[in-house]
Amino acid sequence: MAEGDVIVGLEVHCQLDTKSKLFCGCSTDYRADGPNTHVCPICLGLPGAMPVLNRKAIEFAMRVAKALNCAVLHESEFARKNYFYPDLDKGYQITQYDKPLAEGGYLGIDGDEGGERRIRITRIHVEEDPGRLVHMGNAERGKYSLVDYNRSGIPLIEIVSEPDMRSPKEARKFLNKLRATLEYLSVFDSEKEGSLRVDANISIRGSERVEVKNITSYKGVEKALTFEITRQKNLLRRGQRVERETRHFLEARGVTQSARSKEMEHDYRYFPEPDLRPLQVRSWVDGIVLPELPDARRERFMVQYGCSPGHARTLTGELRLANFFEKVVAADQKGLSALAATWIADTLIGELNYRDMGLDPVDPEGFTRLVLLLKQGTITDKSGIEVLRVMLDQRLRKEACETPEDIVRRLNLAKTSGDTGAIAAAIREAIAENPKAIDDYRAGKGGALNFLVGQVMKKTRGKADPGELNRMLTESLTDREG
Amino acid sequence: MSSGTISFEPDDRYHAFLTVCGHAPHRSGKLSGIAVAVKDNISTRGIETTCASKILMGYVPPYDARVVELLKNSGAAIAGKTNMDEFGMGTTTENSAFGPTLNPCDTGCVPGGSSGGSAAAIAGGMVQMALGTDTGGSIRCPAAFCGIVGLKPSYGRVSRYGLIAYANSLEQIGPLGKTVSDVSTLMEVIAGYDRHDSTSHNKPYTHTPGADIKGLKIGIPQEYFGAGVDPAVAAVVKSAIGKLEEIGATAVPCSIPSMEYALAAYYVICTCEASSNLARFDGVRYGPAADTKKSWHDAYKEVRAAGFGTEVRRRIMLGTFALSSGYYGKYYAKAQVARENVRKDFARIFSEVDVIAGPTMPTVAFRLGEKSDPLSMYLADILTVPANLAGIPSISVPCGRAGGMPVGLQIMGRQFEDERVIDVAYAYEQAVT
Amino acid sequence: MVTEKDVHHIAELADVGISPGELGPFTHQFNAILEYFDILDRVQGDAAVPRDLCNIMRGDEVEPSLPQDEVLRNAAAQEEGFIRAPRVM
Repeated sequence: MAEGDVIVGLEVHCQLDTKSKLFCGCSTDYRADGPNTHVCPICLGLPGAMPVLNRKAIEFAMRVAKALNCAVLHESEFARKNYFYPDLDKGYQITQYDKPLAEGGYLGIDGDEGGERRIRITRIHVEEDPGRLVHMGNAERGKYSLVDYNRSGIPLIEIVSEPDMRSPKEARKFLNKLRATLEYLSVFDSEKEGSLRVDANISIRGSERVEVKNITSYKGVEKALTFEITRQKNLLRRGQRVERETRHFLEARGVTQSARSKEMEHDYRYFPEPDLRPLQVRSWVDGIVLPELPDARRERFMVQYGCSPGHARTLTGELRLANFFEKVVAADQKGLSALAATWIADTLIGELNYRDMGLDPVDPEGFTRLVLLLKQGTITDKSGIEVLRVMLDQRLRKEACETPEDIVRRLNLAKTSGDTGAIAAAIREAIAENPKAIDDYRAGKGGALNFLVGQVMKKTRGKADPGELNRMLTESLTDREG
Repeated sequence: MSSGTISFEPDDRYHAFLTVCGHAPHRSGKLSGIAVAVKDNISTRGIETTCASKILMGYVPPYDARVVELLKNSGAAIAGKTNMDEFGMGTTTENSAFGPTLNPCDTGCVPGGSSGGSAAAIAGGMVQMALGTDTGGSIRCPAAFCGIVGLKPSYGRVSRYGLIAYANSLEQIGPLGKTVSDVSTLMEVIAGYDRHDSTSHNKPYTHTPGADIKGLKIGIPQEYFGAGVDPAVAAVVKSAIGKLEEIGATAVPCSIPSMEYALAAYYVICTCEASSNLARFDGVRYGPAADTKKSWHDAYKEVRAAGFGTEVRRRIMLGTFALSSGYYGKYYAKAQVARENVRKDFARIFSEVDVIAGPTMPTVAFRLGEKSDPLSMYLADILTVPANLAGIPSISVPCGRAGGMPVGLQIMGRQFEDERVIDVAYAYEQAVT
Repeated sequence: MVTEKDVHHIAELADVGISPGELGPFTHQFNAILEYFDILDRVQGDAAVPRDLCNIMRGDEVEPSLPQDEVLRNAAAQEEGFIRAPRVM
């Protein structure tokens, strides 16, 4: 490792998917409900209320510890982290300090230069989420904050990595792998808004470390790191020092900004939580049976379904995607896998992202039928995309959902192979309308043929079988020459 | 008695109460229709609960403390909320933001603290029973000063759910009463496991006090009769122990070397825990409003400067200092070691004797306004804090007078042997009645 | 020994406020108390974690929350179900 190398460590906070909060029985399913409707004396921090630990949260955290190859401590403890903020209703957060649940461990990611890179895990611990602040008002009328304590007391797992990452890309890979692993363990749902928060520590070797706090989106991590590394490198290039500080990531602008120094001065005055008792749960580890994890599933997809390494990586990169794929090909693994893998990994994901849509509303059975239509040659790829888009839009807009067959029928998308008359007519028109293209073709310009193919495709509304179209067009052009 | 409502309008010339429930409903049960006063740091649903502090003025809890639930289930009528030192911080009830309580035995004297209101309510004949809390002597001190009975239960025997916390690892809710039987009856109602309190033990209390103490070995620690204790008080207590010997017990001299630093350990631990417990009082969810036109930091500080009394602010500062970076090892960590030494001392002594006896307080009740220096006030707790540090049960039972004011005999026992401690107190009480 | 400056700093850290008139007496009393605490320096031995109870946990069951109006009842100011607080920078 050389001077000037990038050093990145991450602290990842994930909400654990329990039914009730960490220290009380309030439901964790608060997102659809009004403010301050999932609150009780305990999570509201009323005087006299006392915490009682949710066993499920510890079980979940231990699954994660085992999956990340960590050592669970013989005895762990909760501690108070004392600071004053309106969303922290007790004036302290119950967390874990010098006796966390687990230490050591690693998560393997694909290295930027190939091979596996092991990112070491420093520690894993459990803590409670604070409430949520909304900032209101303006300079004239006066600014104030509104607080919603629904989120107060939600169980969080904090996973701290060693500063082992060497690029924003590696950090993104680590985060993706971690997220997928937690989903496979059924302890985390990445589609719940705000369920994951990341703090990053970045330095250029030989210089001070900067902490970037509260990155709340996956894309944000790579952006924040890229910006920050550039910022630091530029400072050093100009002969300036990198200040050791805490910065906030402003997602909308894609920049990091210095947090006022008040944050740096925090003395959290940690001490053991006197209302809770120690945990001795190391013996639980043996009883934990891990489900199939992303790496193992990736291997299995290559062996069982013949997926390419790239497709296997993509498909197993998210739990929902992997489950979806397996459901789609269940009826005929041998026959459907290749096509399904391509269409899910290379097309469906893109269409979902474009619509900012999750996988949950998509019906695997419907998708299977689409894949079958493609396999049977009933429709071209281009038509296939059109059918898929209609299916997704109907789901998204919660309209009546047609089957792929119905859509093909309604939009008249069935391939016009055999109907050479229609193709021939389209070819004649295209040639007549584009004399310059004909000249270019004659002159040997390669792009001309593709252009003409495109024109014919447009006229046949994509239904012409590409192979047949190409053959007929080439024949026509050659004929005319003659 | 079946359910109903009692009318409770006492002549509260001692200012024992902060809130009086003029018409107190009650169900049927063991305590049916009995008026019980509740110290104002114990949450009562629908009844203002202030901890005798301005920062909780107007706070009406939406829930009952576990012990209040139990009281209601037993048929007790909640008579009202009693005065106390603000947040439990004090030994005289002079630290109340709403004025002190007077000692019914001599209204020029303090009733003791911090459960002064509860003790005065009983000594003044307004109620037969009351709940108090004891962090470093706050039940036993007022019981001794007012000439009534008060028990600090074993740690973990009575649920703390709903007790507005001052020092979580030290405090317990406990019964006060005119007689040992009253205290025992009330203990039967409030003791027992509570799933809402993670420090709660499954040790219900069902016991009828018995007066037979033949063969009982009583440890007499030299530190409880040493330099800091008023000779007149010491003499009265020695005489009381003599009575116990007359009815069959044997007094055995012993020593608690860790007494030397027990008080320092106590004040470090309680101020550290308090500094954290009291951080939640920010004027946002309860209490007098924070000024939302100011910035958070300024508003928070303003609410607390105005709402907390001097002693409370002093203790918060002490605790903040002791926990702060660089000082944790010197204070909090050392205090925990000291605490463990106190436990070990008691364990050693209890392998030779069954109970330990001595004065509850080094003096009788001070005059109002007499103790103005904080440290000298803290030193008054020297004989009561060891039981809190060790988590053991301790009772104060009246055993005579010195200079015309009541003196309390303190009996301490092994953890979870509250029954035995009650019996010794009962035996004494019966022997002198 | 703590100075008045130290005591002022502690009051800021704890956010409890201290008036100029209080600073002198507080510092004096503070020092007396801290001096008393010095006896702990001589204490030898090991601390003990309270282990009388261990692994105290509850099952993952949902219990009723407070109705929103009860949550808001003691709050000085509320807006559309949110509780109003001073602004944070």
